[in-house]
Amino acid sequence: MLKIDNLHVRVAGKDILKGLTLHVNAGEVHAIMGPNGAGKSTLGNVLAGREGYEVTAGTVEYDGRNLLELAPEERAAAGVFLAFQYPVEIPGVNNTYFLKAALNAQRKARGEAELDSMQFLKRVREKLAVLHISDDLMNRAVNAGFSGGEKKRNEIFQLALLEPKLAILDETDSGLDIDALKTVADGVNHMRDPARAFIVVTHYQRLLDYIVPDVVHVLADGRIVQSGDRTLALKLEEQGYAWIKERKLAGAGA
Amino acid sequence: MGALIDSLLAAPPPATSEPDWLAPLRAGALAALRTHGLPAARAEAWKYTSLRALDARRFEATDPAARDHAVAPELLDLPGAEGPRLVFVNGALRADLSTLAALPAGLELVPLSRALATGDAAARVALAPRAGSPEDAFAQLNTALAREGALLRVAPGVRIDAPVQLLHLGVAGAADVAWHLRHRIELGAGSALCLIERHAGAGHAHLGNVALAADIGAGASLQLLQLQEAAEASSLIRRSDLSLAAGARVDATALEFGAALSRHDVLVRLDGREAHFASRGCFALRSRQHGDTRLDVRHEVPDTRCDLLWRGVADQRAHGVFRGAITIAAGADGSAAALSNKNLLLSPQAEIDTQPVLEIYADAVQASHGATVGQLDERALFYLRSRGVPAAQARAMLTLAFCAEVLDAIAAPALREHLAGRLQAQLPPAAEA
Repeated sequence: MLKIDNLHVRVAGKDILKGLTLHVNAGEVHAIMGPNGAGKSTLGNVLAGREGYEVTAGTVEYDGRNLLELAPEERAAAGVFLAFQYPVEIPGVNNTYFLKAALNAQRKARGEAELDSMQFLKRVREKLAVLHISDDLMNRAVNAGFSGGEKKRNEIFQLALLEPKLAILDETDSGLDIDALKTVADGVNHMRDPARAFIVVTHYQRLLDYIVPDVVHVLADGRIVQSGDRTLALKLEEQGYAWIKERKLAGAGA
Repeated sequence: MGALIDSLLAAPPPATSEPDWLAPLRAGALAALRTHGLPAARAEAWKYTSLRALDARRFEATDPAARDHAVAPELLDLPGAEGPRLVFVNGALRADLSTLAALPAGLELVPLSRALATGDAAARVALAPRAGSPEDAFAQLNTALAREGALLRVAPGVRIDAPVQLLHLGVAGAADVAWHLRHRIELGAGSALCLIERHAGAGHAHLGNVALAADIGAGASLQLLQLQEAAEASSLIRRSDLSLAAGARVDATALEFGAALSRHDVLVRLDGREAHFASRGCFALRSRQHGDTRLDVRHEVPDTRCDLLWRGVADQRAHGVFRGAITIAAGADGSAAALSNKNLLLSPQAEIDTQPVLEIYADAVQASHGATVGQLDERALFYLRSRGVPAAQARAMLTLAFCAEVLDAIAAPALREHLAGRLQAQLPPAAEA
């Protein structure tokens, strides 16, 4: 589904990703762990199409298409979803209005029929029930005045509503208490599907107790320096990231 | 003296005789105009708004067909605002479209022309200079030439529920006309009124000059909606003088959408303790529109309050000007004043000048002011796009959200929805043309 090869990305004149290679198949959950500053958030942003992220080398192929050529909204319509580390507050834009516009824009771009208000609200209620989220969230402005936990729940709610094929969760666990963490994990687990892939970017392995990954990668200094099964996450938890430095010096790749 | 004043003062005076007290007022204003003309470019109050092009134009003093023009229903109707109204077309009162009889008890609504003809003392109060409110050239023009307008009075303790509308329409005539209207509003102690001042029209390049003065009695409450959607080639100069007695409250909402050249001076005096003036407003300009709004709020006595929340949007080659001045006079201790003015430039050729002014001569006051001019938040734009919202639609959503806050004081749902629709229509479309 997703093939990232030798990706080099520069942000504000600084090289952040330096030859990242990552292949993700449909149905898989990949965890990406790594120390602060390794380039974890850059990966999510460049996949979602944020401006200011300059790809200097490498390729990103998604469902057989060159992902890097697409505008952010085209990527969304093609099924790419980024759960933001810091969801943006947008006062004055109602959450329901925003999500209906987003969902229908995606459907229109895919040549599907747009949902009317009744169909849309039915779908909203189904997803809210699954995630145990109260519907007053829908009547508020997008993320405006939300607590940290509410913002992250809203991201997962959007994920559930928009049903992407490839979901990237950028440190969705940061700042969450254990109950919110479980809500987020439940939401993701509920959506695991042979046709859908997840990239779960996290600093701590705690989230991976609840979202069990198929593959764990260690990202350091702009590259994947180690890949393995979920036991790799436990090893990182035990030993910290210090031991990676040796591997970086050895120039190991994925 | 420019062609504008020349053309207006050359017109013969109307045949109807006027009360004796009026002649010296008219003559004084005329003399000042002949001496000084329109404000020059160097005048501080007109720094960002050039009158040169307007001053060079000639206007007819009246439109002889003003009472005969057909008026499209969509110009007349304002959803959610059904109530008594006076309608002026090209400056002339249209009795056929106005509510002159069967008014609610406690409400007087009299055309200025009728008050002048019958010797009603209210006409004299309306046309006399207001203490503490110096006249500029346009106010002088108004004093010299205004023969029509509305005299509105709400008796003490009376609440008028249905909104009263002063509707100013401009329609195409044989020539460009300049009109001058003078409105006076008086709210008795403890009364309440919802007043709508609306300007609309199409297909003309007339000059409107409207002076409105309102005295809000002790404990009285005025909801004021000023909706300016005048014809795109027109010029409109307005002045609103508001005086608030003790415990009076004004909630004003102003939308400035229309006219090629518009100027609105809002002068507010908080004359009684615990008087409260709240103003929300938005200008949304495009093509080559020029809009200049100036608020001048004076806290004269202790424990008075004002909240000013204004938004401005300029697209294409439009030029928006906003000045929000708050003065807390010596002795007006314990007063509170807040001004928030945020502006959005949607095009590199658009310009917005904002000038917040806060002068405090009193003690123990709370005052805050802030003014910004910027572009749309790129982070918010990316967030919306990352969820699939196309770029143009995302921009439209964010621009509308930026302005929509000013509609929060409009309680009537149908009116609010209509105004939100008008606002949206004034902003760039959600789909690329």
